[in-house]
Amino acid sequence: MKRHRERGQEVLLTLPSFLWLALFFLVPTALVFVLALRPADPFGGIGRGWTLATIRALADPQYLAIAWRTLWVSFTATAICMLLAVPTGYAVARASARRRNLLLMLVIVPFWTSFLIRVFAWKSILHPEGIIKKALVFLGLVDANASLLYNLGAVILVTVYTFLPFAILPIFAAAEKFDYRLIEAARDLGARPFEAFRRVFLPGVRQGLVTAVLVVFIPALGSYVVPDIVGGTGSELLGNKIAQRVFVDRNLPLAGGLSIVLILAVLAPLLAVLALQRKAGKAVPGDGQGRP
Amino acid sequence: MRRSRFPFIMTGVVLVFFYLPILILVVDSFNSSRFGGAWRGFSLRWYARLFREPAIWESARNTLFIALLVTFASLVLGTTSALALHRFSRSRLQRFHYTLVYTPLVVPEILMGISLLMAFVACGIRLGMLTIILAHVTFCVSYVALTVLGRLQDFDFTIVEAARDLGASSWMAARRVLLPMLAPGLAAAGLIAFTLSVDDFVITFFVAGPGATTLPIRVYSMIKHGATPLINALSTLLLALTFTMVLISQRLSESGALKSRTAEQT
Repeated sequence: MKRHRERGQEVLLTLPSFLWLALFFLVPTALVFVLALRPADPFGGIGRGWTLATIRALADPQYLAIAWRTLWVSFTATAICMLLAVPTGYAVARASARRRNLLLMLVIVPFWTSFLIRVFAWKSILHPEGIIKKALVFLGLVDANASLLYNLGAVILVTVYTFLPFAILPIFAAAEKFDYRLIEAARDLGARPFEAFRRVFLPGVRQGLVTAVLVVFIPALGSYVVPDIVGGTGSELLGNKIAQRVFVDRNLPLAGGLSIVLILAVLAPLLAVLALQRKAGKAVPGDGQGRP
Repeated sequence: MRRSRFPFIMTGVVLVFFYLPILILVVDSFNSSRFGGAWRGFSLRWYARLFREPAIWESARNTLFIALLVTFASLVLGTTSALALHRFSRSRLQRFHYTLVYTPLVVPEILMGISLLMAFVACGIRLGMLTIILAHVTFCVSYVALTVLGRLQDFDFTIVEAARDLGASSWMAARRVLLPMLAPGLAAAGLIAFTLSVDDFVITFFVAGPGATTLPIRVYSMIKHGATPLINALSTLLLALTFTMVLISQRLSESGALKSRTAEQT
């Protein structure tokens, strides 16, 4: 009798969010795979009947080049983010309590600041009339005619800028829990500082590192605003193509087909991490964190 | 043992990197010059212009209306979800439920935008305020659910049991004991939902249709059409708002921690 009521309560509490997410997340995502096989209708809608037009259009080599570029940009931006985020996360975790709160807040504020505004801030300082361009020309580092905007470099720079706070926070969270006596022990046993960092600290915060890589790499794959605002025609990514198919060509099925490519690109690193963690989980029984 | 100074220097560099562009933008909003880069004297003319742009204020009103509705709806859906996930954590239904709540967080925004757009078009739903609200609730629910779930995991449920032992009905215990103690967590989750809704551009852009304009969509078209000094002024106002909200949320989480600590002692 009591179990029966418990079950009823569980269903009652689960149902609202479950139904909502099934209806507005699960079903639409599945629908993309189906609707990609429909013909486009000339008014920007979805026609009747079935066609392979989308799949044929996806075979166009331009899409392969763009998919490759998207992967490359995301990978580079993630690598730079990690190089900056690991020392920062470490430093914030090791600061005194009062300074740590201040530093943490300084990292969190950009996190809450409007994404568009942060991208726009870079557009205006990289602008030909902007402060960085003028400074670089003044120092003779850049030709007066060179453009700092509308290229892949600008896209990577601004992607790093917008995603860096997301990378710092999980590394900080892991570094805060790390037992720093382990580093002292390694040093006492003769490890040089960098060696102790690499062989003791990094494996100790592995969970934070994995999270940081995922929270930068996956959104970067779907990046649309950054290449749209600071990139040029030579730095378009998958996200730009999806938006163009929706807003310019009004070909929804093809936009859907391109999103399937993106979904596959997103799933690959996620599944890789899951598989690796399962393997690691078997090696170290009982401790999901992989801490020694 | 001497610690390496390198991480601390790097942190300084990162913070300069974070704040320099924002600082330049704020300073430029008071620059009388049409282009940044050259200082032509202090002026509030861009702010004055901003207040004469009815389109901006209309989109701000839309944004606020959407965000308030979305915050309320996602708080209700997210809190029930978190309660279910916490109380019945061992059931198989909840494992699936958790995956369903968690996945939207790792999906790039553009995918959620395009899939919702295709679903709305396929079902013949007219794009506008309604579709924006439906889309926003969908991505806010997950954030609310996981934030509240985090609070529930630190929560001492023996207090609720004590209330039940003293004769409170389960509804009474939820309303008089659980909710008040959970209030700071709910406020933090609500603030996250509100900010996400106000700030969202990509998903909104996909499902908005021609009729409904929110503030980020307005800002985007201003960026695209080069109304630079106006965006500087608008951004500065939004930044001031953000800083205030972060301060408030910091206070809330501090007082929340304080409350649960005093609750433990009594």
